[in-house]
Amino acid sequence: MPALLLSHIMTEHASHAALQNAGQTAGQSAGQPFQKPVWALEGEPDAPRLVLAGTWTVQNGGLAPFPPDALAQAHGTLTFDCQGMTDWDSALVAFLWDVKQATGHAGLGFEPEGLPQAAQRLLALLPATAATKAPPPQRPPLLERVGTRTLAVLDETGTVTELALETAREAARSLTGRSGMRTKDLLTDIWNAGPAALLIVGVVNFLVGAILAFVGLVELRRFAAEIYVANLVGIACAREIAAIMTAIVMAGRTGGAYAARISTMLGNEEIDALMVFGIPVSSYILLPSILSLGLMMPLLYIYGTLIAILGGFVVSISMMDISPIGYLTTTFNGVPLHEFVFGLTKSFCFACFIGLAACRVGLKAGRSAADVGIAATRAVVIGIVGIIAMDAIFAILANTLGI
Amino acid sequence: MSQADTLISVRDLRLSFGPKVIQQGVSFDLKRGSIFAIMGGSGCGKSTLLKSMIGLLRPTAGQILVGQEDYWAQSGLRRRDINLHFGVLFQSAALWSSMTVGENVALPMEMLTSLPADDIRRLVDLKLGFVGMEQAIDLMPSEISGGMRKRAGLARAIALNPDILFLDEPSAGLDPITSARLDDLILTLRDGLGATIVIVSHELPSLFAIADDGIFLDAITHTPIAHGSPRDLRDHCTIPEVVAFMKREADLPPTDQTKG
Repeated sequence: MPALLLSHIMTEHASHAALQNAGQTAGQSAGQPFQKPVWALEGEPDAPRLVLAGTWTVQNGGLAPFPPDALAQAHGTLTFDCQGMTDWDSALVAFLWDVKQATGHAGLGFEPEGLPQAAQRLLALLPATAATKAPPPQRPPLLERVGTRTLAVLDETGTVTELALETAREAARSLTGRSGMRTKDLLTDIWNAGPAALLIVGVVNFLVGAILAFVGLVELRRFAAEIYVANLVGIACAREIAAIMTAIVMAGRTGGAYAARISTMLGNEEIDALMVFGIPVSSYILLPSILSLGLMMPLLYIYGTLIAILGGFVVSISMMDISPIGYLTTTFNGVPLHEFVFGLTKSFCFACFIGLAACRVGLKAGRSAADVGIAATRAVVIGIVGIIAMDAIFAILANTLGI
Repeated sequence: MSQADTLISVRDLRLSFGPKVIQQGVSFDLKRGSIFAIMGGSGCGKSTLLKSMIGLLRPTAGQILVGQEDYWAQSGLRRRDINLHFGVLFQSAALWSSMTVGENVALPMEMLTSLPADDIRRLVDLKLGFVGMEQAIDLMPSEISGGMRKRAGLARAIALNPDILFLDEPSAGLDPITSARLDDLILTLRDGLGATIVIVSHELPSLFAIADDGIFLDAITHTPIAHGSPRDLRDHCTIPEVVAFMKREADLPPTDQTKG
C-alpha cells in the first residue's frame, strides 16, 4: 500500500475517490462528459509518483498551477502515472512544466517515461526554468534627465538646421538645373499641395469670412458703422486669418501626409536604399515636398483671402442695406496692398516650416505601424502650434517695425 | 484513406484576379496529421492558394470543403467560426507592431476565449516556451530579429491550439541552422499538438525534411502539374518543370537506394 504524501484536488467537486476510479467513470457520468483534472502525489518519500487523472484540457479547468513547495519532502526521482487520464492539451504541458521546475528546485530527478509520448516531446522543447523577469530600468536622477533633454534639444536643432540648409542648397542647385530632383515628383507634390486642396481651403475661408462679417455686423450696427464690416473682413483676412487658416488646413492635410509617407518609407527600408545608392534624401524627398508647399501656399493664401472676402460679402449684402458695389469699393479702398505682401510673406514662411517639420518628423519616426500614426499626429501638432507661434512673432515684429 | 481522415478537400479550384488566371483545376485532399507542401516557383500562386484556404481571398470557381462544409458557401460568421480551428504564420510574421511579443500571443485568447487572465498568462509563457522565446515576452516586435519574429509568429499561430496550421514561407530569410531548428519545431508541434500542417515554401531542404504530401503548381500553365511528397517528386518525378525545380535549387545527388 503506497503511503500518501500529498493529495491535491483541483476542484471542489472532485474528491480523492474520484481520482481512484477516474479511469472507469470518465465519460460515463450523465451531463458531465469530462472528468475534472486531478492529481495526487503517491509512493514512498524516496520514490515519489505523480498520478494524473481526468481530462486535462484548458476548457476543462486544467490550468491550475502546481504548488512549488509540494515536493519539499520528497527526494529521489519523480515518476508519472497517467493511466486515469482521458484527454489532454497544452494545459497538461503547462502543469508538467511547473512540476519540472519544482523538481529542479527540490533537487529531484524527473523521469517523464509515464507521460504521453507527444507531451514528452513538447516538454522537451521547454527550458528547465521559466524566464526571470528583468528588473525595470532605474529612473536616472533629475540632473541627468535635464542634461539629456537639453542635449537632445540642441542636437535636434542642429539636425533640423542641417536639413534646412541642405534643402536650400539643393533648391539653389535646382535653379541652375544641376539638382537631382525629379520633375515628376515635384509636379505630383505640387498637385497635392495646390489644386487638390482648393476645395477645402475655399470652404474653410469662406465660412471664416462669413462668420467674421456676421459678428462684425452685430457689433458695428450699434455704432451705425456697418459699412466698416468690409474693412474688418478685408484687413483681418488679408493680414491674419486667411494665412493662418490656410496654413492650418495644409498642416493637417499635407504635413500629416508627408510624415506618414516618409515614415512608411523608413519602415520599408526605402530610405536606407536611397542612402546606400547615395541619392540624397534632400533632393529626392525634402526638396520637392517643401518646394511644392512653398510655391503653392502663397497662391492658396491669395485664393483664401478672396474667398473669405466673398464670404463676408455674401453675409453683408444679405443682412444689411448696402449695394454690392458699395461693399466691394469699401473693401478695395480699405485694404492696402502691403497687407497682402505681409500675408504672402507669412504664408511662404509657414509653408517652409510645415514642410520641413513634417519631413523631419517622418525621418525621425520608428519603423512600426504605430510609429507611422505617431509621426503623422506629431507632424500635425507641431505644424499647427508652430504656425500660431510664428504668427505671434510676426505680429510683434510688425508692431515694432510699424508695418 | 477514409473520409474521416480528410480535413480539407479542395475541389477544382480556380483563382484569378479579374481576367488574370492565377491557378485553375486545383484539387487535393489534406489528410489529418500530414504536413502538406504547396510548392512551385515564384509567382505561381502558392500564397494565393493559401489565402483562399484561410478565408482572405474568394476563389472564382470550385470548392474548399472543410469537413463536410463548403467553406466559401458559408456565411461570414460561420467562416469565422471555422477559422478558429486555423492558425496562420504569415510570410513576414505580421506581428502587431504596437504590442509586445507576449501581448501578441495573448490577444487571440483574450478576444476569442473566456479564459481568466491568469490562465492566459500561463498559456502565453507556455507557447513562447515551445518556440524558445520566453525571454522575449516583453520585447516589441521591432526590437527582435527576423528569425525571432517568425518564432513569435508561430507561437501566436498555435495560441488557440489550432487543428490546422498554415505556414507561409516559414523559413524564408532564415539561416540554414535556424531553419533546421524551425523544421524540428514544426515536426514536434505536429506530433505534440496533433495539428495538421499546410506549408508554403520553396526551401527544398526543409520540404524534404518535413513534408509528407504536397502539390506542385506551375506558373506557365497555371495548373498543378504534380502531386505527392517532395521526396517522392524529387526521386521519381519525370516532369521537366518539377525536375528542374528540384535540381536547380537543391542540386542534390540522386538517392540510388530509392531509385533501385
